[in-house]
Order: sequence, then C-alpha cells, then structure tokens
Amino acid sequence: MTPFQYARANDVADAIKQIATDPSAKFIAGGTNLIDLIKYDVEGPTRLIDISHLPLRSVEPTAAGGVLIGAMVPNTDLAYHPLIEQRYPLLARAIMSGASQQLRNMASTGGNLVQRTRCFYFYDTTTPCNKREPGSGCSAIDGVNRINAILGTSEACIATHPSDMCVALAALEAAVHVAGPAGTRTIALADFHRLPGNTPQRDTNLEPDEIITAIELPSKGFSANYSYLKIRDRLSYAFALVSVAAALELDGDTIKDARLALGGVAHKPWRSSAAETVLRGERADASAFARAADILLHGAKGYGHNNFKIGLARRAIMRTLGQAARGTPQSNSDKKIR
Amino acid sequence: MASYIGSATSRIDGRAKVTGEARYAGEFNVPGLVHGYVVESAIPKGRVVGIDTSGALEVDGVIDVLTHRNRPPMADNDDAYKDEVATEKGSPYRPLYDDRILFGGQPLALVLAEDWESARVAASRVRIEYQKEPHVTDLHAQRDTAFAIDTPEKPRGDAGKAFASAAVRHVAEYFIPTEHHNPMELFASTAIWDDGRLTVYDKTQGVQNVQKYLCGVFKMKPDEVRVLGPYMGGGFGAGLRPQYQVVLAVLGARALKRPVRVMLTRAQMYALGYRPASIERLALGANSGGTLDAMTHEAIAVTSQFEEFARNDTGWGNLLYKSPNAKFEHRLVKLDLPTSCDMRAPGAATGVYALECAMDELAIALNTDPVQLRLQCYSERHQGEDVPYTSKQLRECYRQGAAEFGWDKRNPQPRSMREGSELVGWGMASGVWEALQMPATVRIVLTANGHAEVATAASDIGTGTYTIMAQVAADMLGLPIDNISVKLGDSTLPQCPVEGGSWIASSVCNAIANTAREVRGDLLKLARRMKDSPLADAGVDDVALTDGKIVSKRDANRAVSIASAMLSDNAERITREETNKVAEDKSHARNVHSAIFAEVKVDEELGVIRVTRLVNAVAAGRILNLKTAHSQVMGGVVWGIGMALHEETLFDHRFGRVMNANIAEYHVPVNADVHDIKVIFVDEPDETVNPLGIKGLGEIGIVGVAAAIANAVYHATGKRVRDLPITLDKVVQFN
Ligand SMILES: Cc1cc2nc3c(=O)[nH]c(=O)nc-3n(C[C@H](O)[C@H](O)[C@H](O)COP(=O)(O)OP(=O)(O)OC[C@H]3O[C@@H](n4cnc5c(N)ncnc54)[C@H](O)[C@@H]3O)c2cc1C
Ligand code: SF4
Repeated sequence: MTPFQYARANDVADAIKQIATDPSAKFIAGGTNLIDLIKYDVEGPTRLIDISHLPLRSVEPTAAGGVLIGAMVPNTDLAYHPLIEQRYPLLARAIMSGASQQLRNMASTGGNLVQRTRCFYFYDTTTPCNKREPGSGCSAIDGVNRINAILGTSEACIATHPSDMCVALAALEAAVHVAGPAGTRTIALADFHRLPGNTPQRDTNLEPDEIITAIELPSKGFSANYSYLKIRDRLSYAFALVSVAAALELDGDTIKDARLALGGVAHKPWRSSAAETVLRGERADASAFARAADILLHGAKGYGHNNFKIGLARRAIMRTLGQAARGTPQSNSDKKIR
Repeated sequence: MASYIGSATSRIDGRAKVTGEARYAGEFNVPGLVHGYVVESAIPKGRVVGIDTSGALEVDGVIDVLTHRNRPPMADNDDAYKDEVATEKGSPYRPLYDDRILFGGQPLALVLAEDWESARVAASRVRIEYQKEPHVTDLHAQRDTAFAIDTPEKPRGDAGKAFASAAVRHVAEYFIPTEHHNPMELFASTAIWDDGRLTVYDKTQGVQNVQKYLCGVFKMKPDEVRVLGPYMGGGFGAGLRPQYQVVLAVLGARALKRPVRVMLTRAQMYALGYRPASIERLALGANSGGTLDAMTHEAIAVTSQFEEFARNDTGWGNLLYKSPNAKFEHRLVKLDLPTSCDMRAPGAATGVYALECAMDELAIALNTDPVQLRLQCYSERHQGEDVPYTSKQLRECYRQGAAEFGWDKRNPQPRSMREGSELVGWGMASGVWEALQMPATVRIVLTANGHAEVATAASDIGTGTYTIMAQVAADMLGLPIDNISVKLGDSTLPQCPVEGGSWIASSVCNAIANTAREVRGDLLKLARRMKDSPLADAGVDDVALTDGKIVSKRDANRAVSIASAMLSDNAERITREETNKVAEDKSHARNVHSAIFAEVKVDEELGVIRVTRLVNAVAAGRILNLKTAHSQVMGGVVWGIGMALHEETLFDHRFGRVMNANIAEYHVPVNADVHDIKVIFVDEPDETVNPLGIKGLGEIGIVGVAAAIANAVYHATGKRVRDLPITLDKVVQFN
C-alpha cells in the first residue's frame, strides 16, 4: 500500500487544477473501488482528491427532453429518482442489479463508469497482468477465466468491464460530460470505454486530468418495453457472467426501434448497430431475436472456463428481448428469472 | 417455574453483541498497542534467500520487522507445536520459524508499527528474494500419488465380488472442491506482555488449547500464559487449531516488550486451513429386491506436505445402511498447501454428499422411490461395530420430513414437473453425525443473594453456548435465568475441550447437572441443620431446587428457601466444580440423524438454479433451546445450499495460488438464494446417550443438504452433476 495525502476539491475547476498539477493524484468519489485497489497495491496514488462533495448531485430534465445526471449522484439515489424510475426504468433496474445496497449507497455515477475490471489476476500483484503491469503478460488467457471476456478481446487482455449501469447507459445512448484543463467535452458512452488492444492499461478515453461532471440521457427512455437481465453465479450480489439490456419500441407486434447491449462479456458494454438494425421492422418474435443475438455475438471466442458464456449470452439475449417485448421486465427483487 | 430447557430462550449475549459491547479478539485496546501486519509468501514453495526490510523500516511509525532471522526464540521440536487438534502424523507448521516456504500466503515477516496503516504500508516495502521450487496444488493432477491411511471402518465380506455379481449396480465419482470457512470475524490476536507474563486475546474455538500451545512454543509455564476469547464471530472449525497470527502476536510482544495485535486480512485467511477437496468414489450393488449387497466408499482428499489431516468421509454408510459386504478406503494426496482442517461436519459434509447422491442414483437404477430405498436398507445397528444405537429416530425424520414436504406427490420421472420456464425437481437425502461427549468441568458459584456464576473454559463460537448453559443452570439451580451469569473463553477457568464436533452442549450441560447436584447437596446440608427443618430426613436426590427453594420432591410444602439456608450458616457463597461422566461404553452407537427434502427450480434455458423449498427433519436427542437450535440448523442448511451451488476456492495451479481470496468472488448464498427453510425437530428421548439426553446440533444441519439439492437438480433436469458446485454451465449444455 502506498501512503497518500488527502485533499478536498472546492469546485470542479479546483479539482481539475489539482489533478493536472499532480500526475500521481487520483479522484476519489465513493471509494468503493479505488480503496480496494489501493489496499491490494494495484494502484498507488500519492494524493487523493476528494470530489464527493462537489455540487454534482442533481438529476435534472434537459432542454432537449432528456435528463442530466450529476457525476456525484449516488447509485441508489439515481435508481430511485422518479425521473429515472418513470422514464428510464432500464437504467434503474440495471443499477439495482449491481453490488449491494451499501455499495450502491456509496458508489457514484461517475465512479461507476471508471471502475476497473474484476479479473482475478488484476487484483493479485504476484501474477503477471498486462493491464496492471504492461508487458508482463496476461495470466487470464490460460488461467481462471470464468469471469473474463468473449468479445473484443486481444492477445494482451481478456478483461471485462464489470459495470451494470454502463450497459443500460450504452443501450440508452447516454453521453458523458467531462471537463479538463482544455475545457469541457462530451463523449458518447459507446466511445467512453476502450477495447484492450495493445493498451489494456487504458480502460477509457478519459484523460487522466479530466473529470466526469455528468451523464446525459437523450429523451428516448423505452419505458414501456425494456428489460435488464443479469445472469450470475448467485442470485444477487455477484458480478454478471452475462447481462443484457434490451429496449424496444413497438408498434403492435412490430419492432420500430431496438437497443441491445451486453455486460460481462467485453472490455466495454457490447453493442452492435447491425444487431439492432436487423430487429427494426421485424415482428418481435424468437426468430428475430435469434438473428439479432447471432449478429451481436459474431466473433465471440471462449478461453476455456468461459466458453459457456457464448451460448448463455445467446439465450439470455433472447430471453431479455422476450421480456422486453412482453412488457414483463426482470426485477432484482424477483428472486427468479422471469 | 417453567423450565428453561427446551424453550425458545433468546440469546443472553444478544444485546451485548448487537450493541458492540461484546468485544472480539481484535478489539481489546490497551495503551501503547503495537499493530502487526503480515507479509506473505508470493510463491507456494521454496526458500527465502533474502529479506530486505530497510524500505519498511524507513516508514514513519514502524518499530521493527520480524523475520525468521531476527525473531525471538521458539521451540525447535514438533511436540511443542502439536496442539489438541493437531494431526497424529506430521510436523505442524511453525510460523516464522525458518527460511522454508511450504505454501502460498505463508507469513514470512511481521511488520510492527504504531498504527495499522503504517504497518500495512511498510509491509508492501519488504523485499523478499526467493529460491523457487516446483510445486503441486492440483488434486486431480496428483491423484496417482494418493496413499491409503487407516480408517476406523473395517471391511466386511467381499465388496468387490458382491458388487460384480449384484443385480443392480451404481458406480461413480463425486467431487467436492476446496472450501474455506470465511467467518465474518477476521482472525486476530492481541498479545500483552507483562514482565514475563502473557495475556492473549485470541480468536479461537479453544482458549486452553491455545494456552497449552503457546506454553509449548515459547517454553513458558502454565501460570505465565492466559488466553481469552470471550466471543467469536464464527469459527466453523477454522479456529480449532491455533492459527499463525497468535504466534506472530506473541513473537511481536516478546520482541518489543509491548502489547501487539496481529489481525489478518480477508485474503490472508485463505492461507489458513480449508475443507480439503476430495474425490469420492461410490460403488453400490443391490439385489433385485432393492437391498444393498455391496457398498464401497473410497475417498481421495487433500492434505499438506507436512501433516496428514483426514476425517471420516467414508464410514457413514455403515451407520445408515445394511450391507453384508462393505469396503472403505481413505487416501490422501499431499499438496503444497497449508494443512486442510475441520470445517463444519468434517468428513460427513463431503462423504455423505457422495453417498447420498449415489443412493439416489441407485434408487433410479432400481426404479424405487429414494425414501423407500433408504427404508429398505435401514440399519437398526451400527454395521461396522454391530451394536445398537442409543436412539435413532431416522425413520421418523423420513416420515415427518416427507409429510411436511409433500413427497407423496412427487412424479419420479425426471423433467416431469415444470412451472413456466422452470423445471421443478424434488430430491432428498439423509444426514448423520456423531453424538459426542468430552470431559469438561464446570464451576458454579452460588451466592446468598440467589445469583449464580457458571464457568468453564469453553468458547461460544456464535452457536449459543452462553445461553444454553444459563438455561440448564437456571433449571438445575431453581433460579430465574436473569440471575445466572455465564463465564466462558478464559483459559484460567475450569477445563474444557475445544468447541467442535458438536460435543460442547452435551459435555458442559451434563457437567452443569453434576455440579448443580453438588451445590444442591451443600444447600441441603445447610437446610437440614436448620432448626425444625422440614427437610431434616431428605437425601440429595429427594429434593430439587425450584423457585429459589430447596423443595422435597415428595411434598412440595416441605421446602426451605436457598437464601435462608445459606443465611442460617452465614454462608456467602457455595462453590463447586464437577466434570461430566463420559461413558467409555462401546455397547451403543451414538449418532444424530436427519432427512432433507429439497425443491429446486431450474430455468430450463439458462440453467439458473433456485432452492425454493427445503425441509430438514432432525433427530438429535433433547433440544435445549428451540430458537438457537433452529438457527443452528437453518445456518447449516444455508451453508449446504452454498456447498451445492456456490462455494469453491479457485486455484491457479500454475502459481499455486487462490484466485478468489475475497468474499466478493468466493460465493456463499445471499438472501436472494435462500427461500423457504423448514426445520423439524423429531422427538428423540434418549437416556442412554448421557443423563440429559443431549446429542448436539452443530454439524448435522449441513450434512446431506448438498446431496438433497443435487438429487433435486437431477430430478428437475435429468442431468446428473457430480462435481460441486452445481453451476448453471454444468446443468445446461450451452454451446
Ligand atoms: C463487492 C463489490 C461488488 C460489486 N458489484 C457490482 C455489480 O454487481 N455491478 C456493478 O456494476 N458494480 C459493482 N460493484 C462496483 C461498484 O459499482 C463500483 O465500485 C462503484 O460504482 C464505483 O464508484 P465510486 O464512486 O465508489 O468510485 P471510486 O472508487 O471512488 O472511484 C473509482 C475510480 O473512478 C474514478 N472517478 C470517480 N469519480 C470520477 C469522476 N467524477 N471523474 C473522473 N474519475 C472519477 C476514481 O479516480 C477511481 O479511479 C461492486 C463493488 C464491490 C466492491
Ligand atoms: S485479462 Fe487483462 S486484467 Fe486479466 S490478467 Fe489478462 S491482462 Fe490482466
């Protein structure tokens, strides 16, 4: 463990100034991931800049008909916010399927995006891991990889991004508002997380001196036909083996618009516009769902322990689309798969 | 006055626990406390060639770093390290003793600092140079190296031949992976050094065991070492043997002549003991009438390179079923791991899992109902010893469990029951454990104000020992339970064995009865000496203590109050110490039994398994406290669900390391995994097992549960999964 100094940021500008002047500093929000990483010696910032008190805690409607979520809004507050519950229930359900109540109370919206992989080797500093120590090798490829990725992997890394919330955000085509020394910019959620490629040490396209200030949701919330289904090794409080966010806009039986994203299978929430295109204009039935699944899973590759994820993902996609079409979304309090 | 024994009395220590008043080993703060942080080995086998502690010593607040090179002296013979629970064969591990690395996560240095955080920071700056040696940690890869050990169960007849000629046969291998106890409380010890005397607060299931061990390891006299552990946040067997942190804390305290606390992290606790992974082979042969002709149970289980730990995995069939031909074999594989150890129902949780799945498979082969098969094979006598049981209400367990569950509505055909997208399966299994008793001594101090203190060196590991002792003492002394205080977890108290094997309740409660009888005798003596005593001619067994009085059993009007009897002699207190009588008698088998009925629902496409209903009918002699007993069995059932569906310590054998050494990734059931659990206690009066008829309950709750669930999963899906845990990818072929 590395000792660190602690400082509070007064406002966003101050946070940026502090991080820009100290390359070994890190922001801390809820701390639910970062503190573990520090304790495991995976990360060793010498300075923690506490941003949890910044006034980024509101959930507001936007002029464009969407919603702007402050980066410091706790996961729990977001999931229970009336605007989210009513207009973006897919997001609410995805958040509620993650972690535990205590963790969701602490975890922030911004931190959830930047949380790191749960790959076992990443947390064990005695083993090689390219993400932790570039060039040291990937222990997971031939190792214990039940929880690792099947899509978008590289020879350097097969880690997944573990967030549930981000899978829903990807399906809803959220945008990430960030601010840095050079000003503010907006990154589409699809471009926020990266694939591992040759640089698995970089999870996201956020610059080290940038801060996430908000997440913006566009107006379309798919609140009538949606579902978030998370398949895991126990029925709650476990990371996804595979999760599916499905959102449909239906006209009778016909799919007018569709969104489909996977979690637990790749270094980022996994989407394919082709898979969604193939659904549009089709009847919402098993054969259409199967075609979408095949496209979305195209090129999937197992690494031994996680081979089953390919077939599991296919069935989970079909089930979730069915739940969405029927208007019977999965709920985390169900204690069963609908 | 109503009897406390048998009632659903709430825990007398409940308030202290929920308010934080109850202190655990890592919570005793003393002025000048030093914090120790363990540096573990990054490799599973080899030698320490160099340790550079200079970086650590530079950290502010660091006082010293102990290694095998500069630690205070320790004993150099195996005997000194053999605790009460040590394996018969082998050399116990000696913490921080020399340069040899025997397992991954082994402690190699102890950083001592003024605060925990500094110690932790410094620990990551200790540089260790290793000389690696090739290691083995995979049971499957090493199974050919297995060697047989003596098992208590002897062969009968010719099981091989009988199996070969049996009309119906079932043979299969079952596998249970390594599991870790994961008690909520982290292992911790606080050692206070006071001019040659040592007081240690330790997380342990046996304060006297630790006390003797420390005397041996540090060559100290018994009166120089006191070990305390008033509360424990879960033990499950992990705290039976002294764990290494207690040695490290004492080393630190001796080196610095200051109080030292060593608390392990969750991850470090995966380098303590574990339930050994085991491969269990069952070969059952039946005649066409559906009774067993041949039973062979062979186990191959894991131990360390330096000790031979084994429990009875294979003998349980001898207790449950008749079979003229039987053979049992236990083999061990030595791996570069810590020594495996007891974990709830050691041997039975694993062995009975395999046996009861095999019986289910045999029932299917015979086309017989699984309960019916068990009744057909039911044994009225211990088959190995050929003796009757002190009591065995297992038939009633089957009957009441089946009735409560609604077993008669079961369609035996696999995949025959469904509900929406889920396949429904019903499975059952038997459970069995021993009703053990060990010698324990209890002291009672009765004071003239009608209060009594009951004391023994037992540990309450969370099961409710404080409470049942207070109940029994209250009844035996005729006092309200609020007037009883119970003292446990202090090595200076009267002798008591480690808290394990489900023997504490029977041992200490029978000892209370014996001690209370002596107290009663003393009171009667005083009462008889009183002027015009109504009890002048009564003997000790003619009177009872009731409602604060010494009362004639024949005539309730003839009574003397305890207070007046004591006052008559100006007696301020009566102190007595007695031990329970442990029968050497081999004329009976002493066991507890259970029948478990489980319903699972399995999502047909996705393989997600839910245990939606479970009935556990237990026959375990006298139930002392319905509330704590119920919790105890329910906890066992939940653990059984975990064993069936979730628990597995994942190794990367290339590195010889545990990969999921944390409770986010080492899965145990959470609320969402637990549905309806019904616990039935079947009436089982038993005056032979011991005077109070107590059999113990700690282990039985888990035994058989995983088998019932596995059998239900088969019934639901038609897919037999023999390797635990049963995860969704094992029940559904996805690709
Ligand atoms: C046991 C356990 C189980 C979990 N299970 C799940 C699960 O099932 N599903 C799931 O989705 N998640 C799960 N989580 C993860 C949890 O959701 C994340 O840890 C949490 O969302 C992180 O948020 P935080 O505010 O605590 O981040 P922190 O730990 O404070 O920060 C994490 C990272 O984000 C950076 N950061 C934080 N805020 C900002 C910002 N505004 N701008 C730029 N960088 C920022 C920090 O510098 C740090 O690098 C689990 C976590 C644990 C410990
Ligand atoms: S998958 Fe990525 S995170 Fe895991 S070991 Fe390989 S490089 Fe490290």
